This record gives sequence, structure tokens and C-alpha cells, in this order.
Amino acid sequence: MNTPGSSPRRPFASLVSLAWRESRSTRRRLLLYMSSISLGVAALVAIDSFAANINRSVRAQSRALVGGDVSFSARQGWTKESDALFDSLAKAGVAMARQTSFASMATAVVPGTPLPAPPGDSTAAMPASPTLSAVTAPNADSLSPVRNAGGLTRLAQIRAVTERYPLYGEVLTEPAGRWTLLQQRPVAIVDPALLIALDVSVGDTIALGYARFEVAASLVSVPGDPGMAAAIGPRLYIADKYVASTKLLSFGSRADNEAFARLSPGTDAAKWLSSIRPQLDSARVRARTVSESESSLTESIDQLANFLGIVGIVALLLGGVGVASGVNAWVARKIDIVAVLRCVGATSRQVLLIYATQAALMGLIGATLGAAIGVGIQLLLPGALHDVLPLDVQVQLEPVAIATGIGLGVWIALAFALRPLLALRRISPLQAIRRNVNPPRGKGIDWATWTVNILIVLTVVAISATRANAPRDVIGFSGGIAAVLVLLLLSAALLSRVARFSVRPSWPYVVRQGVANLYRPANQTRSVVLSLGFGAFLVTTLYLVQGNLLAQLRITEEASRGNLIFFDVQDDQSLGVDSIVKAAALPVLQRTPIVTMRIAAINGKSVAELAPPRSSDTLPPEGGANARQRRREEANPNEPRRPSGWALRREYRSTFRDTLFSAEKLAGGKWFGEIPALAGKPADEVSLETDIAEGLGVSLGDLITWDVQGVKVPTRVTSFREVNWARFEPNFYAVFQTKTLLAAPKTYVLLAASDDARATAQVQSAVVRRYPNVASIDLSLVRKTVGEISRRASLAIRFLALFALAMGVPVLFSAVAATRRERVREGVLLKTLGATRAQIGRILVSEYTVLGVLGSLTGLVLSFGGAWAIMTYVFDRPFTAATMQALAIAAAMTLLAVGIGMLSGRDVFKETAMAALRES
Amino acid sequence: MAIVGPSGSGKTTLLGLLAGLDTPTRGAVLLDNADLTAMTEDQRAQLRGEKVGFVFQSFQLIPTLTAIENVQVPLELRGESGASARARQLLERVGLGDRLDHFPSQLSGGEQQRVAIARAFVNQPRILFADEPTGNLDGTTGARIVALLEELNRESGSTVVLVTHDLSLAERAQRVIRLADGAVVEDRATEQAQANGATPADEAGDVLGAPGAR
Repeated sequence: MNTPGSSPRRPFASLVSLAWRESRSTRRRLLLYMSSISLGVAALVAIDSFAANINRSVRAQSRALVGGDVSFSARQGWTKESDALFDSLAKAGVAMARQTSFASMATAVVPGTPLPAPPGDSTAAMPASPTLSAVTAPNADSLSPVRNAGGLTRLAQIRAVTERYPLYGEVLTEPAGRWTLLQQRPVAIVDPALLIALDVSVGDTIALGYARFEVAASLVSVPGDPGMAAAIGPRLYIADKYVASTKLLSFGSRADNEAFARLSPGTDAAKWLSSIRPQLDSARVRARTVSESESSLTESIDQLANFLGIVGIVALLLGGVGVASGVNAWVARKIDIVAVLRCVGATSRQVLLIYATQAALMGLIGATLGAAIGVGIQLLLPGALHDVLPLDVQVQLEPVAIATGIGLGVWIALAFALRPLLALRRISPLQAIRRNVNPPRGKGIDWATWTVNILIVLTVVAISATRANAPRDVIGFSGGIAAVLVLLLLSAALLSRVARFSVRPSWPYVVRQGVANLYRPANQTRSVVLSLGFGAFLVTTLYLVQGNLLAQLRITEEASRGNLIFFDVQDDQSLGVDSIVKAAALPVLQRTPIVTMRIAAINGKSVAELAPPRSSDTLPPEGGANARQRRREEANPNEPRRPSGWALRREYRSTFRDTLFSAEKLAGGKWFGEIPALAGKPADEVSLETDIAEGLGVSLGDLITWDVQGVKVPTRVTSFREVNWARFEPNFYAVFQTKTLLAAPKTYVLLAASDDARATAQVQSAVVRRYPNVASIDLSLVRKTVGEISRRASLAIRFLALFALAMGVPVLFSAVAATRRERVREGVLLKTLGATRAQIGRILVSEYTVLGVLGSLTGLVLSFGGAWAIMTYVFDRPFTAATMQALAIAAAMTLLAVGIGMLSGRDVFKETAMAALRES
Repeated sequence: MAIVGPSGSGKTTLLGLLAGLDTPTRGAVLLDNADLTAMTEDQRAQLRGEKVGFVFQSFQLIPTLTAIENVQVPLELRGESGASARARQLLERVGLGDRLDHFPSQLSGGEQQRVAIARAFVNQPRILFADEPTGNLDGTTGARIVALLEELNRESGSTVVLVTHDLSLAERAQRVIRLADGAVVEDRATEQAQANGATPADEAGDVLGAPGAR
């Protein structure tokens, strides 16, 4: 047109600015609906950013974490072959360092006690050459310098290191720079906690077994060592060359042997490793490169993040439902404006564009807000988890995680907003001059609606595909959500029908009116049941899963009666320890013999035949990864069950007894003595734990020949046991009959009970004074630590539940808002006809109560299924239903629904009848 | 031109059809030689944006936009620049030069209707439909609005189609069509028209090609 100064310009830009201006007064309302997605985005951004932070830190600190470019370990201790191999590597210019770790009692030496002469046989290289002839622990008091030490005693983690340790990073001490002293004379560098526990300070002397060490410094930080490690027992570093003088490492003692290599820069660790692979195999040394360790570490972090991320995604989807119902309400308010816009020449595309732009803008703000909250949480996490993480997490903003969170948030907000927004296309300009014109129903298939529906489904599938670890999980996750939605919709439809047929004229008017609201035109049954049910489903599922996980922790905490454990008690010391404990009037609850052994053959086939050595087999399994691996193997029935090399080659610490313990349950076969021996089969029976039996691929009746320190012991498998490993009790993969192993060389674990801290400390000191090799641990300390951890975990769970509940509120608000206008108009009309406020209030209450009860109960029932599936398939644990707590959540959700319903109805009370009439 | 008749006589229906807001079950509506019935909904919307203006009984300003922004809307939907200058000019013309940035709720009924009139004229429509423009206003304000409509009508040369109950208002049009029970019962030129020397068919005749056909 020839408007003065007019010229065509970018129509889109002017539409956007029109959209922005038009949103002015309803912006806040729309933002409220869009805030439904904020918490989901916050969860995603926090989880992804934190995982990215950890992964980044792992990559930056991996060499310090692993200890070198390549790490070596040997379960059975170093051998002559491995020593020779390491020597030759060192000669070839590879920097080598070793660390031997074991637990032992450290005792403060009362100042003034003369330093004893080191025991005569201190030169014996005990840890390097384990022999079958068990070292006889000396009994004579004269040989025990610890006896004279006289001070306090505490279990410590001894780390014996060689000269070049650590190869990467630096050990910081207080006073600074004392680390090098370690190799010069017999000094110890210890955790500050040990100084406090023993009441000693730098410069004092402590006794370790038969040797004494001057405390040279306290530890500030050790590269790659988590602070949490000190919770198990304070760390105590000494030089490797002085280990022998302590005489602490005898046969059967638990010690971890590690060696590390630093290669010259630019060397390909994997290639270098494969060049020495034959020597490694013959020396029975396991090796892994830093990148192998790195990827297994980051992989498990990623898996955890993906799982937690699914919670975030579900939150986001719930937010999407909230957005959809909120926008639905918002669209209803826009009908007049859209009609005018259409009158003055806006096409339906322009109208849609204007409001989709508004939705996207508000979605962007909601998502950005969520991302900001997420970043805040991410910044708090390292502080909260500092003690549990094995590394310093470098906190930094993760643009990818933030962008992904915001992008997903906007996308979901827009996709879910588009559904109701599409209705705007049908608004007729005629509605500007005439109210109550029903927009024409589209004939045939509405392609746009279907496109949006398919888009939403594809979004859910695509998101779960990027997060899930296996296609099965994608199907499970998407299918689960679809099933929940369908079931909720069905129950909503059912409610409408039931309400229609059950309303009786005999009911009080207000109840009749309230229930009738459930099926009348423009009812909110579907949207409220859907969002409330989905919300209740999510909250309860989260709660049940967390509750189940926590319950396991609590069992752990409470189950064992004893609290004082003595381990590494040699055969000939067992009665002595026993009498010391009994002399202090403490009951000895258990005396568990432990016999170390390996598997020689299964059904006559030797281990070498069953599992030819493969490098990947020799690595120890890692928790969840192993379980997943196992499942994957189960999932492929075509592959014959093959025993795992790890299960075949590992060292078994077994016990013998003729009864089942309370932590065990018979899962197959019959207990000892109930199955008669068959001719040609050995008479000795063995009972295996179910998982290890699976790992070995054995069934009942199979023949296992054990190598018990050189002696071949044939047994037949007569039973399987399920073991609750979470309890603080010695549990075993293999349990033998007493008669089979009674004569075998063994050590003991003694469990005593003591509820008095002083008595506990005195007995511990008395035992260690007499038997320095015996380590003891006071479980009440560990329990306290575990209690602290589970307290933190419950706190986290309560936070999560609150978070989920918080998520439900804006969603519920949006759902109720969808039909709020109708409610208000109708309420005001009723008022003009003479209804009192109380009557209107009761109508609202009866409607929302029915909706709330149905929605939350349906969600609750579904959540039992969801939580069961997660416990069974993700955590591989049994599921117990906490019905009462779940019902409490359902009740809370119902109250919330009624509360929000009443809140949204407050306009009915406020508004005068005149205003409503004028409006219509 | 004025359309008069009692409630339910079909005034609004006729207006909706003429403006292309609705489609007839039978017959055709020609607007500026274009057949509205042959157009899609979006084509009609574009035609409205270019050639048609609206004034409603209940003003129908967009509550979230200021006065000047309301007037700009039709131009902006067409993506034209200079919208704000033209809108300002028109608002000054209707005497609201000092209330440009007020929201509808801050304006009196008469002021709101003047904004609506400015909006109706902003795209220089060939034809302007006014649905009871004084229906929600008191007598004095209503008279001023009518005067304004007449002035702008003269200045722009647009055709004004007025739906009203107010017979005295109808007499100020050049042609009056009386409806009853959905049919045209009277179609005459007023004294006003004779004074101007125009015939009824001159201006609005095209619009109602076959008044008795319904």
C-alpha cells in the first residue's frame, strides 16, 4: 500500500517484535508454565556438567591417579620372575616405582622408651618371596618390642613405597619437603588423623610390628589418593626396604602389590606393553595402560551420569506435560485477541508464528533459568562429594552440557506447547463480533497435529537412545513412559464414564455438581489426571528406588552384632587372642577359619584348558560393569556358557563350617550331609555362592579340584548359596565341610562384641602388643562412618523427593489453570444464582479430591511397577514395596491438588457477579 | 451505508459475510471485484489486511498492546516499515496524540473507540465495517465518534458500512438497508445522499449485488 514511507521489510522480524510486545501482560503467566521445564533442565545441566568436570579432571590427572603410564599388579605377590622383569625394564631406562599396601596396627611409643635393636632377620625379603612355610609368629615376649611401646593403638593402612614413588605428581607434607626423608632412614609419613588417634606429633616414634619409625611429617595430599581412603584407616607411608623389619607380612596376609612405570614421553604405552606381554604373562603380572584405566573410569562415570540424566529427562518430560496444559489455558485466553488479529488481516500462519515465538522465548527463559540453577548445583557438588572422590574436581562451566540442557529444554517446551497452540489456527475472525462461535472442526486428518505428535514421540526415543546403555533400555524407557501415559489416559477416561453413570440425584447438590464437573464438556479430568498421575508416578518411583537402596545400607549397618574384628590371626595365635578377649570379659561371637586356595580343575579339566590366558580376562572385574557384562552374556543364549578367567584364576579365601549363616540362603541343592556320596565321586562337599558358580559355569554335582597350598582337594558341588554381601561379616564364595579343611594351613578372623570404647581400645592394645601381626578394627567407628554416609544419602534422597515434588507443583498449576476460566465463570454464575462461597468451595473440593485421589493412586500403582523394573534391571537388587510411605506421598499429592484447585478458584470468591456477566 | 434491523434480524451475519469473516452456504460475495467465496481463509485474511477496516461495538483492542502498537498491527502483519510514524499520525488525527503509550485499560471507552478507528484507517481500507460503533458509549461520546468516522470517511474516501440500532445514526448514512428475519425489507437512499447528489448504487452497490437473494 502507499502508506507514507512504507517499503517492504523483513516480515519475520516485525512479527517477532509484535510477538514480544503482545506477550507483555501474559508473559509472566506463560513463564510460569514454561518454568515447568526449569527443574528438569537444572537436573540435566547439573548432572552433565559435573560428569564432564569429573571426566576432564580424570583425563588431566589420570597419570597421577593410576600412578604411571602403565600399572602392574600381582595378586599373589611379586615373584622372582616379576622382580627380574622389573629390574630389566629399569635398566632399559623405564622409571619404575612400587607400592605394597596392607593393613596393620600402629602403636604410639611412649617417649622415653628406648628404641629396640631391629630384629635379627630383618634382611629377609618377605613380601617378595612368599613361601608355603608359614612364618611362625613369635610368641616369646622378649621378641616383641611392641609390648614395651605402651601407647595407643590404631589400625592403619601401611603403604610401603620404593624410591621413585610417586612417578607423577608430588606428595605434599607438613612440614613441607619431608617426603625424601622416607628413603633415607626409618621414618613414617602419616595421615594427620593417625597423629590424633595415637596422640603423637611429628618427631615422636611409632611402632609397626617389630620395627619402629620416627614420624617425619604428616600428609597433606597424595596424588591420586582420595581423602575418603583415610576413613577406612589412616594412611602410613614407609619405605619399601623397611617392610621386612616389621615382620608384618607373613603368608596369607592381605597385601596389595602394585608397580608403576613411567615411559619416556611419546612412547605408545599399548605397543610397549604388548612387546613385553609374554614376560608379563609368564611372571603372572597384570598390566594396564593409563588410557585403559582412564576409559574404564570415565565409562563408569558416564554410565552413572546417563542413569541420573534419565531422571532429569523424565523431569523434563513431566515439565513438557505441564507446558502443554499451561499453554492450553493460555490459548483459551488468547481467543479474542487472535480473532481481532485475524480480522485485521493476520493469516493463520502468522498467528501461529506469533505465539510459537512467544512460547519459544519464554521456553528459552525458563530453560536458561533452569540451566543457571543447574550450574549452581554443579558448583556445590564437588564440595559435598569432596571426601568420596578420588581426585580434585576442577570445577568449570561446561558449555556443551549447558547448551544441551537449554536446547533440550526449549525443544521440549516448544514441542509440547505446539500441541495446544495448533488450536489457534482454527480461531475464526467471526469470534471478534460474535461470542460462542464454535470454530469449525477440521475434516479428515490434521497433519500438523500428527506431525507434532510424532515429533514428541521421536524426541523421547532419541533422548533415551543417547542416554541408555543398550537398545533394550531405550525400548524399556520409551515403552515404559508410553505405557504410563496410556494407562493414565485410560484411567481418566474411565473416571469420566464412572462419574457420568454414578451421579445420583440423592447426593448432596455440591458433591453432585463437583463430580459432574468430571464429565461435562470442557472438563479437566484428562489433563489433571495425566499431570498429577505422571507427577505422582515419578515422585513415588524415585522415592521407592532410593528407599530400597537405602534399606540395603541400613541392613549393612544393623545386621552384625559384633563390632570388634581381629583378622590375620595365625592358627597358633587363635587361642591366645581368644583368651585375651575373654579375659576382658568380652564375648567372642565368631571364630572363622580362612583357608586360601585356588582352583586346580573343574570336572577334570585344568584351569589352563578351561580358559587360555587372555589379557582382558586377567583384569579384575569392576562392580557394575561386571554385572552388566554378566547380563550381556546371559542375554545371548546362543553363546555357550564359558567360565570367566577371573573366576577361575582368582585366589579363594574360603572357610569351613557345617551350618548356614544368617546372611546366607540356600538357593539350590542340599546342605552338607543330605546328599549321599556316589561311587566314583569324591566324598567331600562344597557349597558355592550363586554368582561365582555362574562365573565358573558349574552346576550341582560338578567336580571341582582345589589347590590348597599345594595339596589337591577334590570336591563335588552339592549346594548353592545366596549371600548378602552387604553385611559386615566374613562371607565366602566357597564353604567347605569342616572335615575337609580342618588340617589345612589357615588363619582366623575373630568377631567380638564390645560396647565400651575404652574396653575396646584396651583389648586392641593388648592383642597387638602380644601379636603384632594381628590387625583389629573397631566396627563401631566404621559404622559411624557408614551411618554418616547413609545419613548423607538420606539427605540426598529427601532432597530428590522434594525436588520431584517441586517439579510437580508448576505442572499441577498448569493443569488446573487449563480450565480455570471455565471454573471461575461458572462459579460466579452460581453465585449470582444464590450459591454461597462455602457451597462453591465444597463443589471445588469434591471435584479436586476425586481427581487427586484417582491421579495419585494411579501414579502410585504404576510407580510400583517402575521402581520394581529399575531395581531389577538397573541395580540388580530385590525390590521391597514401601506401601505406607508411598500412600503418604499419594495423600500429599492429593492435598496438593485440592490446595491448588482451591487457590485457582479464589477468583470465584473475589469476583463480583457483575464483572463476570459483563465479560460474557 | 447503514444496516439496521432488530436483534436477530441477521445484521451481524450479513456483516460477517461482507467482510469475509464467514462464508455463505450459497451465493457469492464480491469485494472490490474479488470473489471472497472463492478464496482460502488466508487469502481472505490478506485481503482484509489490505482493503478492509473494522470498528467493533466492544472496541476489541488488544489489551496487551499500547494504543500506538494496536494501530500499528495491520501494517506490521504486512511487514511494512514506517508503521509507527503512520500510526502516530493517525492517533494525532483522532485527537489522542498525547496518549500513544497508554494501554486500552487506561483509556476511556470513547478513547478506546478512537484508537480502534485509527487502527481501522491505518491501512487506508477501501471499505470499513463498523459494528454498533456507539453501542457501548454514552450519547455525547457516541456522537463524537460518529463525527470522527464521518470526517475520516470524507478524507480517505473509504466506504463505511455501519451496523446499528440507532435510527438517527443510520439517517446520517447515504443508504440504509433494513433487515428483518434474515431478509432485506428496505433499501433506500437517505436525505443525506440526496443532499450530496449520490445514488445508493454508486458506492456500496457492488457490495450488495443482489440484496434480495438471501
